[in-house]
Amino acid sequence: MKRILAALTAVLLCAALLAGCGRDAKASAKKIGLAISTLNNPFFVTLKDGASAKATELGYELVVTDAQDDPAKQAGQVDDLIQKKVAVILINPCNSDAAKTMVEKAAKAGIPVISVDRGVSGAEVLSHIASDNVAGGVLAGQELLALVGEGAKVVELEGIPGASAAVDRGKGFNEAVVGKLNVVARQPADFNRDKGFTVMQNIIQANKDIRGVFAHNDEMALGAIKALEAAGLKDVIVIGFDAVDDAVAAVKAGNMKATVAQKPSLIGSMAVETAVAHIKGEAVQKQIPVPLELVK
Amino acid sequence: MKIRFGKLVSRLGPLLGLLILSALLAALSPDFLTVSNLMNILNQVSLNGLVAVGMTFVILTGGIDLSVGSILALTAALLAAMLKAGIPDSLAIPATILLGLALGMASGVAISIFRLQPFIVTMAFMTIYRGATFVFTQGRPITGLGNRGIFAALGRGELGGVPWSGLVFLAGIGITAFVLARTVYGKYVYAVGGNPEAARLSGLAVRKITASVYAVSGIFAALAGIVLTSRLDSAQPLAGNGYELDAIAAVVLGGTSLSGGKGFMLGTLIGAFIIGVLNNGLNLLEVSSFYQQIVKGGVILLAVLLDRRK
Repeated sequence: MKRILAALTAVLLCAALLAGCGRDAKASAKKIGLAISTLNNPFFVTLKDGASAKATELGYELVVTDAQDDPAKQAGQVDDLIQKKVAVILINPCNSDAAKTMVEKAAKAGIPVISVDRGVSGAEVLSHIASDNVAGGVLAGQELLALVGEGAKVVELEGIPGASAAVDRGKGFNEAVVGKLNVVARQPADFNRDKGFTVMQNIIQANKDIRGVFAHNDEMALGAIKALEAAGLKDVIVIGFDAVDDAVAAVKAGNMKATVAQKPSLIGSMAVETAVAHIKGEAVQKQIPVPLELVK
Repeated sequence: MKIRFGKLVSRLGPLLGLLILSALLAALSPDFLTVSNLMNILNQVSLNGLVAVGMTFVILTGGIDLSVGSILALTAALLAAMLKAGIPDSLAIPATILLGLALGMASGVAISIFRLQPFIVTMAFMTIYRGATFVFTQGRPITGLGNRGIFAALGRGELGGVPWSGLVFLAGIGITAFVLARTVYGKYVYAVGGNPEAARLSGLAVRKITASVYAVSGIFAALAGIVLTSRLDSAQPLAGNGYELDAIAAVVLGGTSLSGGKGFMLGTLIGAFIIGVLNNGLNLLEVSSFYQQIVKGGVILLAVLLDRRK
């Protein structure tokens, strides 16, 4: 039985080899790659959907990969996209520093890269499309200040360390509240709801008198809200970022006081539009900021 | 003659699986069987593969090492810090390997001298080393490592079109396969795994041998850390997270028994490739990442089931 199996495999393999011999992986002018950091985050799911819809509308094929927040996985997936000879790679880096080598490799293969929502540090990309995260952080900071009053104790839950979104939102927030609010704790919860819950729980242990929380994204804010509920702390003002469905519902219900609305669907579709423009030979802008607004 | 044939067939199992998988993918995707894609696979496989090489030693003694991912991260962080401080890579790289040895040895000593369960001990060290990595990096990636010769080549360079990371991995397989099959130490490892009591009664230094395999695991985790740091040109605090599971999968897929004493290094090579080929193939076929996880788990389950029927 095993011998037959072995022979069969040998035949199959030869056939496949012969079949593959004749064909080259031809460069596909109609394929665009989208390397997402993680589809475990509804923000990026919406971004992907927006990109997909736009690609279908314009008649291009979108190849999506999900790195589950692992830069090493993302490096492998970008390699695979290069193998597929896509025309443009849209990258949403797990980590802005780690993405540098991926962009360099794509450049060597002659494939341009557009960074989406998070930037790439240390390497040049064709274009960078993201919300103006610094302005968003400022909006959130000003709103928090208005709601808790000067001198109040607040907490900042940060995103994945090194992700440009986290860096920018933190920058904007701190610019707006420096000298006016007392930030007693500043901890990363990696943009993740579970982590937001546990980190907030731990912070509450040491700081029972906080009046406000700013989280770099809604997922962490929602986790923080649960932690505050569990600790019996009422009337703590929580402000998130992203305005995903769960957060908008929470704002309506009064659990979250505000969230900064990005437009992930628009970011996704603008990314695809820019890629297509480049493929058609048109010039594209280096930085494309996508507008945002406060939802309260 | 009959015994030899039986052994050959049992060794062929995982290889057969790999060939069938490859044939299937080659038929389904024209991009799969190109030279550049095969080199691509080798590059991707080398990371998990290096960790799996060390893990093979540990599993052969009937133990397990859950701390490899954290050792990878901690050694990577320290390597990055050394390079950033200007230490030449000819010094920093060996120092990193020694560090991996030491970190692995810590588990080994705890397990052999205090007779603790490998699962718990390595799990504890997994958490300790991960925490240490966060403390050392302050939760932020370490960048600005400079483009050094050896260091840059290990993760990103090639020799005659073959990625250096792949060459390091294959060399690791070759050396350790030789050690396991042809040296006295190799025989001792199998003996301790097959029947520790009998090994002890035969006068083998069971405790020393047990401790040593964890040191080996640490060395290879450090090697993987070096390759990863070079590939990403930065050290990530979350690097290597979950790598222990992929490494164990590679070892088991290659036919090594989790209870110890049975298995061989070339099996790990095949196991690592099965996982790598799967990952690459599913990406090339543009299978949604949600389905990829289900397929991967399914293949591992199938492979282990088929192996048992012999």
